[in-house]
Amino acid sequence: MTVMAHTQARSRHVTPVRLGRIVGKVAIYALLIFWAFVSLFPIYWTFSTSFKKAANVMKGHLIPWIDYVPDWLGWRSLGLSPDTLFNTSTVRDEFLNRFENSVIASLSASTLAVVIGACAAYGLSRFEYKFGPMKNKDISFFFLSQLILPPVVLAMPFLVLYKELAFLDTRIGLILLYTLMVLPIVIWIMRDQFDTIPIELEQAAMVDGCSVWGAFLRIVLPIALPGMVAAFILSVILCWNEYFFAALLTSTHAKTLPVMVASQTGSQGISWWSMAALSAAAILPLIVIGITLERYIVKGLTAGSVK
Amino acid sequence: MQDVSTSPGSIARTAPDRAVAGTWLIAVASILFAALVLAQSLYKAEVIGWGFETWRPIALAYVGWGVALALGMVWRRGIEGHKSLFVLPAVLFTVAMVIFPTFFGLYIAFTDWNLSSFEGRRFSGLKNLYALFADPYYWNALGNMVFYVLTVLVQYAIAFGLALLLNAEIKARKFFRVAFLLPFMLSPVAVSWMIGKSLLEYRYGPVAKLARFLGWDSPAFFTSPWVAKTSIAVMDAWVWIPFIMIMLLAGLQALPKELSEAAKVDGASKWQSFWQITFPLMLPVSITAIVLRIIFQLKLADIVINVTSGGPGGATDTVSSFIFREYRDRSNVGYGTMLAEFYLVLIIIFITLLLSIANRWVKKTQ
Repeated sequence: MTVMAHTQARSRHVTPVRLGRIVGKVAIYALLIFWAFVSLFPIYWTFSTSFKKAANVMKGHLIPWIDYVPDWLGWRSLGLSPDTLFNTSTVRDEFLNRFENSVIASLSASTLAVVIGACAAYGLSRFEYKFGPMKNKDISFFFLSQLILPPVVLAMPFLVLYKELAFLDTRIGLILLYTLMVLPIVIWIMRDQFDTIPIELEQAAMVDGCSVWGAFLRIVLPIALPGMVAAFILSVILCWNEYFFAALLTSTHAKTLPVMVASQTGSQGISWWSMAALSAAAILPLIVIGITLERYIVKGLTAGSVK
Repeated sequence: MQDVSTSPGSIARTAPDRAVAGTWLIAVASILFAALVLAQSLYKAEVIGWGFETWRPIALAYVGWGVALALGMVWRRGIEGHKSLFVLPAVLFTVAMVIFPTFFGLYIAFTDWNLSSFEGRRFSGLKNLYALFADPYYWNALGNMVFYVLTVLVQYAIAFGLALLLNAEIKARKFFRVAFLLPFMLSPVAVSWMIGKSLLEYRYGPVAKLARFLGWDSPAFFTSPWVAKTSIAVMDAWVWIPFIMIMLLAGLQALPKELSEAAKVDGASKWQSFWQITFPLMLPVSITAIVLRIIFQLKLADIVINVTSGGPGGATDTVSSFIFREYRDRSNVGYGTMLAEFYLVLIIIFITLLLSIANRWVKKTQ
């Protein structure tokens, strides 16, 4: 009876309901497009400005080829435009050096963090530990509690410590610090990942004569690979964007890209095109990663939040 | 009980020599390491005449000691030793990187130490703490942090809306998801330039032009305190909304479909079914997202440092950016560290309270 009543009600009000649905659809797409515009416009603006001349910036031209003629001005100032690419350029050398520092620091730190973090997460997910009064729960908490430590607390002690260790302004110093920074996140993601893998798999492998480490390396790790990739990519993003420690602990040799971008903003007034080119070059790798590996980033961000 | 203890026991019995060797290895390595540290400290204190120029060899020795410890554990305890190898590297690494700096930081906090003065480090007791309580800029920065933390709720509301949009039946979902996620990937420093220093620029920035077009005569985004604060909050929201959105979206996708359909059959409007079904079910995910977001928000610094340097008159300062300038511009190491340690204490209290309230709330609603 109720089903009948419902179908009758629906057929009687078919036009308003359909109209409402269309309006709803239009509203949803309007909002989606609006927010996509909000998200993408600053990125578009940066890339397009790197091809503008002073007059284009002042007149607020927005669309290349229609209201302004693209020019390599910004990229020329970086030594990366087609006509300057094969000439010597000190700015380009500096840029490439900063770029290399950023790449090496973020890739090495993420690798180190994923290796020791994955091992720790596996141990905490599978075995019972007792270090003095600390049990598994306390050890996990010890790692995760590093998340709330604000960088300012560590900044000065590290400045002094690194001076004593001769780690100031070196890549290795940055790598160690970045590893510390992303380790809690890696452990968080990986523990969530290992918890979903049934323990019977390893038990079967161990019955077949695998050692603890053999079972981990040969059975569990291949299954947990997507989680490791997710943790790795998230770490790379965080390290690549890190500014605070890099600004305090590096000066000439190990300066990373964000520090270079930041140091340009104040000094040169508004040479918008070169700032735009520099910013565009700094964010381009991340945009490529974001578009191609979005699946893994989402996986990393949502680890542990949905049970 | 007997059964459980046989397996490590039997290993120890089959290889008693290895167990003894393991104990010896750990003991010898520890003594060697302690002796090295002692010798180096004495050299640095100019008591003895030989030692290393820097502490770097000691860091290497620490790694060596860690390896010896791991090996010793395996020899001494067999399978149990193998198991402890999983957490040992991470524990040793974190302890070395956190414990020393934290204690050393506590010591610095109670010293009078300015890098630009020649006097060097002097113990000054509670002087820094008294100065902290009398420092209006620090309390102003803490007040700003309250504002920035509260903006997380606005970010959450927008992110929830976006997550609902992405969860609706739409075409090109992947495109929108990637587009919405991109701001999260960008470096705050680049964002500072892209938005803060060019889009919002007073003369030529497109947003300023739009504001003029809409009737705001002098669209200066960083000159009056509250407008500046809001502009920083908007930039921060632009970067971080995707983070909350992705977590909420995952939560929405994990909800059982039958529930909302049942609500529809019962004649509930969309509004009702959202508030009575979706929202309560999303509460645990929401709280995780908000707590994580607040933890990150308490570290907010990069955008402020690069766009306003805390100005105008400290209106946009966060605690981190304030201390950053204390270090870099005034080289005031002792005082800056005291500010940071005090902030850490506040954070720990705040997060602990937040977590316990959140836990109680989740329990009550379930």
